[in-house]
Amino acid sequence: MNIFLSSNFIKWYFLLPVLIIHFLVIIFPSLTSLILCFTDWNGFGTINFVGLENFRELFDDRVFKKSLKHNLIWTILFLTIPIAVALLGAYLLTGVKRFQLFYRFIFFFPYILASVVNCLIWKYLFHPMHGIGAYFSSLGFDFLTTSPLTNKSTSLYAVAWVDGWHFWGFLVVIYITAMYQVDESLYEAADIEGATKWQKFRHVTFPMIRPTFFFSILIIIIWSVPAFDYVHMLTNGGPAYSSEVLANFLYYEAFYQMKVGYASSIGALMFVYVFLVTGLFGLFRYLGWDL
Amino acid sequence: MLATNYKLKGALFNHLILSLLALSIILPILILFFNSIKPQSELLNNPLGFPSTLRLMNYYEAFMFGNYSRIMFNSALFVFGTLIVCLPLSALASFSLAILSPKGKVTATIAVYLLVGLSIPAQLYILPLFILWKNLYLNNTYIGLIIIYSALNAPFAVFLMRSYMMQLPKELFEAAKVDGANTFELFYKIALPLSWPVFLTSGLIVGLAVWNEFLFAITFIQDENFKPISTILFSFSDKFAHNYSLISAASIMMAAPIGILFILFQRNFIAGLTSGGLKG
Repeated sequence: MNIFLSSNFIKWYFLLPVLIIHFLVIIFPSLTSLILCFTDWNGFGTINFVGLENFRELFDDRVFKKSLKHNLIWTILFLTIPIAVALLGAYLLTGVKRFQLFYRFIFFFPYILASVVNCLIWKYLFHPMHGIGAYFSSLGFDFLTTSPLTNKSTSLYAVAWVDGWHFWGFLVVIYITAMYQVDESLYEAADIEGATKWQKFRHVTFPMIRPTFFFSILIIIIWSVPAFDYVHMLTNGGPAYSSEVLANFLYYEAFYQMKVGYASSIGALMFVYVFLVTGLFGLFRYLGWDL
Repeated sequence: MLATNYKLKGALFNHLILSLLALSIILPILILFFNSIKPQSELLNNPLGFPSTLRLMNYYEAFMFGNYSRIMFNSALFVFGTLIVCLPLSALASFSLAILSPKGKVTATIAVYLLVGLSIPAQLYILPLFILWKNLYLNNTYIGLIIIYSALNAPFAVFLMRSYMMQLPKELFEAAKVDGANTFELFYKIALPLSWPVFLTSGLIVGLAVWNEFLFAITFIQDENFKPISTILFSFSDKFAHNYSLISAASIMMAAPIGILFILFQRNFIAGLTSGGLKG
């Protein structure tokens, strides 16, 4: 029998197509990028290695430092508000029988809508001429008289609001799936002890859903790094870089300035960060920490 | 008596908070829908309410001015093209990982490889990929973007399909082997017909991801003739910046197919999207 038809080889034939396109689209360009970040290439012409020059330049770049700060704020915002709302929503959902599927359907719905659609919904609602602001001023209140998207002090939070609005329902569904795994008898025991709702959450529900909770923290940290769609569509980083984030900054440097090396160095930093975070989580799990 | 009263109060409180949360989601979407059937002139004095005069022409105009027949065709082509490439390839790989070598070094290595791939931010490779695609003349082509979408979604599809195929009864494959079936026959005569529920789920998730995708679409397709709906809607909102009725109608047209599918296949969507963690 031909060695290439032995079962050892056949399993590779089945894997090969996926591995080839995955390598072509993701791994090969990623490796290229990790090399290009040490060069000053501008997309054509010669490639000169400049060592760590790009990184030195990055940490002198005012916009980069701003973006970095905004990504940090973004991560913290998403680690607090959507998680809190989703825990509340999921916990209350476990306590109702009627309309439960309906609520779940509604909460999850924005998550499957396109980012463009969600952005347009809120661009309109934030618009001072015919959004929420216009409605309130017709009632005689001054509320949202200017769009928070065009205000330097609120733009980042307004964008995060729209992204968070579409995202928290996803967390509800993750949490509620975990909450249903909790043994009913634990709640009954807590009821006999006369525990309040909060005590039941604190001492029964939360410890039982801890793995899911930490999983959600991991994905929020990871997904906050390449956040792009909502920033690009709602403000494109403006006004005056007040909502600029790393992904949008990189996109500008890459496709408008064609600074390939420079953009690659931002991408490399993002990758190293995500890789370290994922690796740390994996290590903690491996060491048997209860994450 | 006291206890039931207390319970009733608790349930009312639950429903109060939950319905407030639900309204915070329903109202913005409802307002978008109202605006899509409102004449533009009514937006100023009736920004959020139900329209006093219906104007369904918005849909017709958005469809015509936006050249939506072409755009819908483009988006559908990207979706079905990706499904045709991504699902069979993922099924082959999953079959290999789940049935041919359920344990062992190969599976572990591939799993790690795909996991590392999932944790790479798109921004790291999008620019070299753009240059590579330019040199291969794949920019501004259907097939170019379809290959990218297939590669992006394959790890997730493999993950879903593999965990499903792991649960197929091993005896079936053993019996077929005894009957003289070769490996490929095991794949398409046994694994494929038994795995259709997971193909439905992964098809829905991958299709959803492609229909909604923005970053790669705006990067790799500049030619108006090939643009999918997501990037057109984005430039549409610049072009008709002041005609929110048309923009709303165009948005509803983009959201409607997804909304209908979500109503029909709610369970598949939710199970699929929450089982792995897809970029949202």
